[in-house]
Amino acid sequence: MTAVFTAFKEAGLASLVAFLLALPLIGFRTNTTGTGLNFEFRWEALVVSVVIVFVGRCVLTSTRGLWQQSRLHLPSFGYLRSVIDRRRVSFAVIVVLVALLFPFMPEVDRRAIDLATLVLIYVMLGWGLNIVVGLAGLLDLGYVAFYAVGAYTFALLGTVYDWSFWGCLPIAGAVAAMFGVLLGYPVLRLRGDYLAIVTLGFGEIIRVVLTNWVALSGGPNGIAGIPRPTLFGLEFTRRTREGHSFHEYFDLPFSGDHRITFLYYVILILALVTNVFVLRIRKLPIGRAWEALREDEIACRSLGINPVNTKLSAFALGAMFGGLAGAFFASRNGFISPESFTFIESAIILSIVVLGGMGSQIGIVLAAAALILLPEALREFSEYRMLVFGLAMVLVMLWRPRGLLAHRKPTLTLYPSGSRTLK
Amino acid sequence: MAYFIQQLVNGITLGSIYGLIAIGYTMVYGIIGMINFAHGEIYMIGAFLSVLTFTMLGVTGVTWIPLALIMVLLVAMLFTSAYGWAVERVAYRPLRGSHRLAALISAIGMSLALQNYVLLTQGPGVKAIQPIIRGGISLYERGNFTVTLSYVQIFIILLTVVLMAIFATLIARTALGRAQRACEQDRGMATLLGINVDRTISLTFVMGAMLAAVAGLMVTLYYGVIDFFMGFVAGLKAFTAAVLGGIGSLPGAMLGGMLLGLVEAFWAGYFSVEYKDVASFGILVLVLIFMPTGLLGRPDIEKV
Repeated sequence: MTAVFTAFKEAGLASLVAFLLALPLIGFRTNTTGTGLNFEFRWEALVVSVVIVFVGRCVLTSTRGLWQQSRLHLPSFGYLRSVIDRRRVSFAVIVVLVALLFPFMPEVDRRAIDLATLVLIYVMLGWGLNIVVGLAGLLDLGYVAFYAVGAYTFALLGTVYDWSFWGCLPIAGAVAAMFGVLLGYPVLRLRGDYLAIVTLGFGEIIRVVLTNWVALSGGPNGIAGIPRPTLFGLEFTRRTREGHSFHEYFDLPFSGDHRITFLYYVILILALVTNVFVLRIRKLPIGRAWEALREDEIACRSLGINPVNTKLSAFALGAMFGGLAGAFFASRNGFISPESFTFIESAIILSIVVLGGMGSQIGIVLAAAALILLPEALREFSEYRMLVFGLAMVLVMLWRPRGLLAHRKPTLTLYPSGSRTLK
Repeated sequence: MAYFIQQLVNGITLGSIYGLIAIGYTMVYGIIGMINFAHGEIYMIGAFLSVLTFTMLGVTGVTWIPLALIMVLLVAMLFTSAYGWAVERVAYRPLRGSHRLAALISAIGMSLALQNYVLLTQGPGVKAIQPIIRGGISLYERGNFTVTLSYVQIFIILLTVVLMAIFATLIARTALGRAQRACEQDRGMATLLGINVDRTISLTFVMGAMLAAVAGLMVTLYYGVIDFFMGFVAGLKAFTAAVLGGIGSLPGAMLGGMLLGLVEAFWAGYFSVEYKDVASFGILVLVLIFMPTGLLGRPDIEKV
């Protein structure tokens, strides 16, 4: 009896708060009319929202016990983690095989391949940012700036000088890395949160400059007609001047799907290269130094690791992969404008890294798929899409604060794991 | 010279608004060490509530301006602080004690959610209201250029000064202020000494939200135009201001806000309006390079 009473009391309090919150913004709405503003009172919406909160709170309170009991028996992400850990190699092979065969699977249409390409761009960005955030432990809120630098580098070289995608790719990466060093050198001495805000500011600066420097970037209109990637010089268009198009060379009927599939493979290869690079560099002295620096900077300094250079290398490499992904993005879309490089992109990429469990490569794949496919799945409720997206970000963090596949243990420990707990 | 004084006045007005928002960031950062990313959205909600209340007062026929202002101030502060409280309770409190990035991501999610919540409930369009406080004083005339100090600007600056005085007393003299400072220094010890830490943190959010609501009211009066996206850039600027002044320091937040407002006004006045954001972030980078803890921040003690 008391339990029911408590549940109702809690629900009553919650709905009181909900009423306070909903009254001014859901209950009333200001409308612009010819003579100025007027307002309408929407009591139905108000009542509905308060009732939803009341019922929701009742359900939550009454099922809390059940949920806690049942959670122990559900196959949790911890279980998944341990499976992945035990069968690391075979798991990786399976994932790569599935990714390679994906375009030829039944039921996979053009749209699905296109979406998969988008997911892979974010996977690559996530893996790139993971070097900075997951391995080196530096909080970067302006990663999209490097993505933009890469995209604009290729867009400009491609449209002004007619350079090809493959020739520009390393240049885009190098330019982005250079920007990473330029930004990083003065600010990497700062502590975590200062670094976060400076990178955030840097991201905004790049966007503002791209919007306003019309002579260079075309301003808000962006750059159109960016060349597509080619397969050893073979283009994926219906007609080319020299007759060097993919379908003519291989004597196939022309199909737009070829280009989509080709783009998918390009980004898959780029992403895999990123992954292999990160996995290998973690085992080099510089990778070890990143992780050591993340765990304890003072200890690192006393052991003769130069923190600025070490952080700078992480920053530059992360930026480089952002630039590569940006060049691919520009080439895939054929059109870029500053609107594609807003803060929300940085936030999504960072969320992918954190949701993935900071440092877990496969976690990032899962998180990228979830975060990119969720808004797509909600497309029908387009109005509520971003609201649900934001709430989902909060809920997932409340549910698993350490990410889907929490994995932050250093790759190298002095003691066998379990004998000593790390922070 | 006349132009200079005019930009100075404009800069101080803008700086007051930034400063009030920045205090919310700096207090939360000081007490729980997280960047409350949704604070810009709280300010935006404050502005929407002000517009709503002004509209309602206009329809019901309250025309005496001082009364209307006080009513709007109270309504906006009350409801906005409810939002500030709820955000902390729902999105941050369960994450206390877990790692910093989790709270940050949760805050970013909350910021997105609030922005789209207002977009859905209030519509995407820009809301514009008639100027409430009209007129001003001509300070100085030369040729065809007049330096005016409008009544709105006087109202904003005075209100900021009054609020700062109340606030400083609150922090320095009351039990709540003492509890807040104690929590800032050592949360564990504060708990041991019988301070209700959860309640203190909630009240910190409520106070921050109240100041943000006042800033929202000010911006409504000053520009007369609001939209659901205004919180993002303002929040970014205010956080920059807080960092500039030394995060965790209350006078620093106000100083940083003023500095940022002045830089922006002068840059927009003398160079280009488009690049004013670049100028303010540029200043931030410069200050941080030479004074890594901001203008009034305490240096960190590194412990092994």
